[in-house]
Amino acid sequence: MTLHEWIFSGLGVVALGAALRLVTSRNVVHAALFLVAALSAVAAIYLLLAAEFVAWVQVLIYVGAIVVLLLFGLMLTRAPIGREALDNQQRGVAAIVALGVAAGLGYLGWDAFAGGRPIELERSSTAAIGEQLFSTFVLPFEVVSFLLLAALIGAIVLARREEP
Amino acid sequence: MIRLPLVLIFSGALFAIGVYGVLARRNAVLVLMSIELMLNAVNVNLVAFSQWLRDGLVAGQVFALFVITVAAAEVGIGLAIVILIFRNRETINVDEVNLLRW
Repeated sequence: MTLHEWIFSGLGVVALGAALRLVTSRNVVHAALFLVAALSAVAAIYLLLAAEFVAWVQVLIYVGAIVVLLLFGLMLTRAPIGREALDNQQRGVAAIVALGVAAGLGYLGWDAFAGGRPIELERSSTAAIGEQLFSTFVLPFEVVSFLLLAALIGAIVLARREEP
Repeated sequence: MIRLPLVLIFSGALFAIGVYGVLARRNAVLVLMSIELMLNAVNVNLVAFSQWLRDGLVAGQVFALFVITVAAAEVGIGLAIVILIFRNRETINVDEVNLLRW
C-alpha cells in the first residue's frame, strides 16, 4: 500500500465509523454531530483525491448549510430520545439488506477494477471545472438553478402557516 | 496513487450504511440524514472515476456538484414536509404516517 492508500484508509475508517454511529445513535443531536464527522471525512477524501473544489463545496453546502438545516428540523420537531423511539422493528432485516448491498457493491467494484491502473492523483483545476460548467454543462446548470428556485418557493409555501 | 477498488469498496460500504439507516430509523429527520450518506457515497464514486479517467470534461466532478445542489433542494423540501406533518400530527415517525397506505 502506498502512503496515499494508508491516508485514504484512515479517513475511510473515520467516515464509516461516524456513519455507523449516525445510524445507531440513540440521541438525535449526537446523530447530527456524527453526520458532521462523516461529511468532513468525505470532504478530506475529496481533497486526497485532488478534487479541491468539490471538497470545499462539500464543506460549505453539506457541513455548513445542510447540517444546520437538519438541526433546525430536529429542534422544531421535539425529537424524542431512546432506541425504541428512534428505530423501528425492522433492524434485523435492515442489517441483512445493508450487508447484502455492501457485499454486492464491494464484490462488483473489486471484480471489475481489481487489476486495472490506479488513480493518478493529478490536481484538477477549479478553472477547468468552471469552464466546463458554463460551456458543456450549461443546460443542466440552468435546470438545476431552476430546480433550486422551485424548491425555495415550495418550501416557503409548505411551511407557511395558513392565515384564517 | 490509490487503487480504484479501495475507493469503490469504501463508497459501497458507506452506501450500505445509508441503506440501513433509511430502513431501520423511524424518525423522518434521521431518514433524511441517512439519504445524505447515500448521496455522499455516490459523490465519492463520481469524483474517483473522474480522476481515474483523467477526463478532460471533468464530468464526474461537475455531476458531483449537481448532486450536492439537488441534495440541498431535497433537504429543504423534505424538512418543510416534516415540519408540516409535525404540525398536523404531533409526530414525525414515518411508520405512524400511514394514511395513504393500502
